[in-house]
Amino acid sequence: MSHDISQHRFTNGRPNPRRFHQARWDEPIIFELSQPGQRGILVPRVEPEIRAQVGDPLAGLPETMRRQKPPALPEMSQPGVLRHYVRLSQENLGTDLNVDVGQGTCTMKYSPKINDQLAASPKMAELHPLQDEATIQGILEVMWRFEQILKEISGMDRFSLQPGAGSAAIYANASIIRAYHDARGELGQRDEIITTIFSHPSNAACARTAGFRIITLYPDEDGYPDLAALQAAVSERTAGLMITNPEDTGIYNPRIAEFVQVVHDAGGICAYDQANANGILGITRAKEAGFDLCHFNLHKTFSTPHGCGGPGGGVVGATKSLSRFLPVPLVAYDGERYRLDWDLPDSIGKIGPWYGNASVILKAYAWVMSLGADGLREVAEVAVLNNNYLLSKMLRIAGVSAPYAKGKRRIEQVRYSWQDLVQETGVHSEEIGLRAADFGVHYWTSHHPFVVPEPCTLEPTESYSRQELDEYADIMAHVAEEARTDPDLVKSAPHHSTIHSIDHGPLDDPSQWATTWRAYVKKHRAAVD
Amino acid sequence: MDRVSTGAPPAVRKLGLIVNPVAGLGGRVGLKGSDGNEIQRRARELGAEPHANDRAVEALQRLHQVQGLEIVTYPCEMGANAVRAAGFAPTIIGQIAPGATTAGDTRRAAREMHELGVDLLLFAGGDGTARDVYEAVRLEQPALGIPAGVKIHSAVYATHPRSAGELAALFLQGRVEALREAEVMDIDEEAFRQGALSARLYGYLKIPYRSSLVQTQKVPSSGEATSLAEIAEDVVSRMEPEVLYILAPGTTVRAIAEALDIEKTLLGVDVILDGKIIAQDANEAQLLALLDEHPSSEARIVVTPIGGQGYLFGRGNQQISPRVIERVGREHIIVVSTPDKLHSLGTHPLLVDTGDRAVDAILTGYLTVVTGYNERAVRKVAADGDA
Amino acid sequence: MKREKQTVYPYIPNSEPVVKAEMLRAVGAKDVEEFYQEIPEALRLRQPMNLPPPLLSELELKRDVEGLLARNTPCGDALSFLGAGCYQHHVPAVCDEVNRRGEFLTAYAGEPYDDHGRFQALFEYASMMGELLNMDVVNVPTYDGFQATATSLRMASRITGRRGALLCGTIGRARLSKIRDYCRRTMDIKLLPFDPGTGQIDLDALRVAISGETAAVYFENPSYLGFLETRGDQIAQIAHEQGALCVVNANPISLGVLAPPADYGADIVCGDIQPLGIHMQFGGGHGGFVATRDEVEYVMEYPSRLFGIAPTRVAGEYGFGDVAYERTSFAVREEGKEWVGTAAALWGITAGVYLALMGPQGMTELGEGIMARACYAMLQIDKVAGIHAPLFQSPHFQEFVVDFNGTGRTVADINQALLSRGIQGGKDLSAEFPELGQSALYCLSEVHTQEDIDRLAATLKEVVER
Repeated sequence: MSHDISQHRFTNGRPNPRRFHQARWDEPIIFELSQPGQRGILVPRVEPEIRAQVGDPLAGLPETMRRQKPPALPEMSQPGVLRHYVRLSQENLGTDLNVDVGQGTCTMKYSPKINDQLAASPKMAELHPLQDEATIQGILEVMWRFEQILKEISGMDRFSLQPGAGSAAIYANASIIRAYHDARGELGQRDEIITTIFSHPSNAACARTAGFRIITLYPDEDGYPDLAALQAAVSERTAGLMITNPEDTGIYNPRIAEFVQVVHDAGGICAYDQANANGILGITRAKEAGFDLCHFNLHKTFSTPHGCGGPGGGVVGATKSLSRFLPVPLVAYDGERYRLDWDLPDSIGKIGPWYGNASVILKAYAWVMSLGADGLREVAEVAVLNNNYLLSKMLRIAGVSAPYAKGKRRIEQVRYSWQDLVQETGVHSEEIGLRAADFGVHYWTSHHPFVVPEPCTLEPTESYSRQELDEYADIMAHVAEEARTDPDLVKSAPHHSTIHSIDHGPLDDPSQWATTWRAYVKKHRAAVD
Repeated sequence: MDRVSTGAPPAVRKLGLIVNPVAGLGGRVGLKGSDGNEIQRRARELGAEPHANDRAVEALQRLHQVQGLEIVTYPCEMGANAVRAAGFAPTIIGQIAPGATTAGDTRRAAREMHELGVDLLLFAGGDGTARDVYEAVRLEQPALGIPAGVKIHSAVYATHPRSAGELAALFLQGRVEALREAEVMDIDEEAFRQGALSARLYGYLKIPYRSSLVQTQKVPSSGEATSLAEIAEDVVSRMEPEVLYILAPGTTVRAIAEALDIEKTLLGVDVILDGKIIAQDANEAQLLALLDEHPSSEARIVVTPIGGQGYLFGRGNQQISPRVIERVGREHIIVVSTPDKLHSLGTHPLLVDTGDRAVDAILTGYLTVVTGYNERAVRKVAADGDA
Repeated sequence: MKREKQTVYPYIPNSEPVVKAEMLRAVGAKDVEEFYQEIPEALRLRQPMNLPPPLLSELELKRDVEGLLARNTPCGDALSFLGAGCYQHHVPAVCDEVNRRGEFLTAYAGEPYDDHGRFQALFEYASMMGELLNMDVVNVPTYDGFQATATSLRMASRITGRRGALLCGTIGRARLSKIRDYCRRTMDIKLLPFDPGTGQIDLDALRVAISGETAAVYFENPSYLGFLETRGDQIAQIAHEQGALCVVNANPISLGVLAPPADYGADIVCGDIQPLGIHMQFGGGHGGFVATRDEVEYVMEYPSRLFGIAPTRVAGEYGFGDVAYERTSFAVREEGKEWVGTAAALWGITAGVYLALMGPQGMTELGEGIMARACYAMLQIDKVAGIHAPLFQSPHFQEFVVDFNGTGRTVADINQALLSRGIQGGKDLSAEFPELGQSALYCLSEVHTQEDIDRLAATLKEVVER
């Protein structure tokens, strides 16, 4: 008699859906775990000799400057803190855990552990940004080398590594566009930036923050705007174009060079949001399309870990004529030594306090070095192959469509629509996503606004195996089937996640909302105590 | 995720349902519209089957998920049949003469259901039905249309019976709370049958809506009220002295008037100069006269797409005639629209049907739309018939 | 494009040739070129990128990077007194343990259901900061303290509907540069004179400069130059009398002993969380906080996400979601509500861990100990002939300006000499604040022992006397 467990894991040769259950610790808020007197760590005592000479260092402070009562932080033992946070860590689905193709536009690829390990070295972690340059030649060289890499990948002439992430980089580019026109005395006249509805929303938001009026182009049936729409938008008020290509639909606008030309002819500057660079590394570049500025997201294309939402890196590239506006300092090399170059009188100034998220830059550098030109090319090609493979599987699911560019290949991601399934079953895209979480995967709809109805944006990247892509598509098919046969099950999902449906009512009501525990206690606990 | 509120909902949710049994009757046999007993009789002679009932059943089937639902309706073909066919037990009110229902029945039904305090009034029909409901309840009753007519111009209808049911369910469960005013259009049936199309903005109904902007949790966004305030602020801040502003009908344009503390005619065209109203509910002749009186002034037309089809000119604002448009000039037309409204049009262009093909042609191409403070969108404009 | 050998890359599972061929067949494509057919030939890169040869084995990669890092001298190996916005503190091992866990490190933007842990960790961070700051609303971290400051000023502008900002004259020039760029279109920035003796804001000058156009009066506690503004309550009062907001930049590590600015009238408090359990990382460890009272007109102006606690459909279960995600701005005309993006969440979680480990007693002891060490250092350095410390006659927290003008030497010179003796001296301020002449900003923390401080003083003495 054999006990072939594995046979029960398949039905008709297809693997059964995973019987996933997410960790559910029902963990109290940390303040509820507090026990008076507990210590998590002790601090070094001041030497008696210092005490003797100094006395009470707070004695000279006026009463208004002295803290009257210690802060009401939780009091916990060290293992208590650790246990609490390790439990919380288990209640997430990161790329280390799941087939994370469902977080489209985020490029959730593998973040190599070796790079994390290297960045943890004290020779990276214990560097102060103001150290004498002789003592930081190593990190300066990493930054300089990485800049050379970025120049080759994009064709741009200079890079600043300073912005902390993608949106900060987009803002920096908007500020550079502003400085460019200001230097020519045309800023008063040129106050409009053109973008598209499928570009990352930060293109509009950051340009608006920099003081520009935003003109948004809408796509035609091919999925990208008509050149005629752009021509209607440009005028003597045009400051520039800020655009993603391919856009978040995964569709590449083949007329991009003409778009850039039209804006150039009108006197504007063009910035290339390369958040979606993963499918085109080594294939096409900012330079040949005519862009003046570009930016990359290190935590997307360049594999650095997402960290629950940062730290990341947003590097900004410029052509020679625009380099003078880049944030200071840049990194320079004279053949012998590396140094910080502050000599940019036309710089827009500082975006952040220092020179960039150096440990993130180190990880990105290591990632590129492990792959080389051929490897980067392979990254792009496999990312695109994976995406089109997943696309073919998704389109076989009844109720799924991929609006725009029918029959055309996509680059590295696709924005699907569940509109047909919704019409048929009444189950909506968000509900499908929550049910997908019951199988251990993420699912992201779209940035606002939902121009594609009932959307779902999937980006496989190059990091997942064929089996993993099959698993994801199988989950989508499974949930679609459930939407038909057991819609209530889908509509009441998630069932196997850490928590159940959230009551959002309190979050919109000023008398009930609480972004801190103390606010919550004030508003909701008074009755109890 | 929609703002799922699962905190204790009220025990009983009351839905009012009205079916206009003859809606769309004419269209299926090649007659336009279906108002009037004569048309109904003709249509039946030609073998037309009423389908409003089926559409209503399709919508109602979505409501089984709503706990504690009571459906109040009129007898027989004005609702009770559909409610039963969808698997519910109706609460029946009112009286009708079966087989000979009239617009008056619809109005009475709507009024009675409103007085009974229904949370939402669902009605299956077309533009005519919407007008009748509007007459009865105005802006006092949240309502929503189940499309069952021929081409519908009123914006109070969902795109599909199933979506009407779905949206009604979400609203009754408290999961969708937002209401907005949507246009009720009056199509002149007689003129329509003679091949001319004359549409008038008739009024507004309050309908629930799911904003395409509200779906995601990732970015804080602005609601409809904020959008309107931003658009108003943008247009007002750019208004110039000694320039005539011809304000077309529509809620977005009305918000601009409100920002100027001006009481705008709900359905008509008003004209302002230097922040003051100088004409209310003007017709074409009056507009042309005003343009004559101020020859040295420039003039602007402030217009917003009206109705469910996205008409910029030709449905509900014909007072702004081809002559007026020509006089003011394409470059002086200020188009305003909330982003939501634009997104609801999908990839369809904005439409124009001024009645003058040459003027239509001038308007086609791409136009810039004011969608917020310092925010514009470029949308395609097409002439009806070419689209 | 022909490649001599097909490498199977460890990070790219489907680079395996057989799998790749099967997948191409499955999608009906001859080769990957088909996927790029929309890209015009003129835009195609037809030769390989000129990048350094790849380090395909992990061993080679490690060797290369470690070789580069070997040319860095970290602050453990040389005694450092650098501060000026990036601080050397002890990082508890548990902090590193938590933020190196792959579950946190590789999570991103899932829903409150499948990323519940991240939401709870960030809510707890905000809650602990709320206790430290004595305020009820704290944002999810932004990029760094510079961004937090700039955003706070723009928030003040939106809330008051005014353009003017009066900043303390001792603000760091890098921070000022960021503010000038970020607020260029929406605000008029003016610097206030400071008392040359104390370094603190000249209150008379403030009374003259403030008007009905002032949105914010901004100062720092401790100042960039290390001293404390002891009359914060008066500054706040002057601001409020004119209808302006009081915006204060605070160092969270000091708030175990120093009064939270909200207690003396601050309306918006901002700053950087790097000192809270995050390694310096050459400037890569920053996160910014913005905190306010829980009032609707403030909450609506946060450009960031705010996570709120909410019940789920299961009694007693906590969930989290976005508070007020439909932000009805009170300032419709404001040019943009800024933006939301990836910033510094992992550091926020880390700071939460740090504060939980430290607790009230730890923060109090730490703050008090740091101030004691700083006082001691000032005493010892002041004893050296030609050197005067602190330059400003005010209380200080952990940093202070050292006046080297009496030595006849430049700070650059002295720092070189210190460096050759294994010490990183304080930041040279001579270019940034020329009115202070040859002076430097020295920073102390709990990592410094008495021995370290005595060594510093002795070395300074030796260097200066040469």
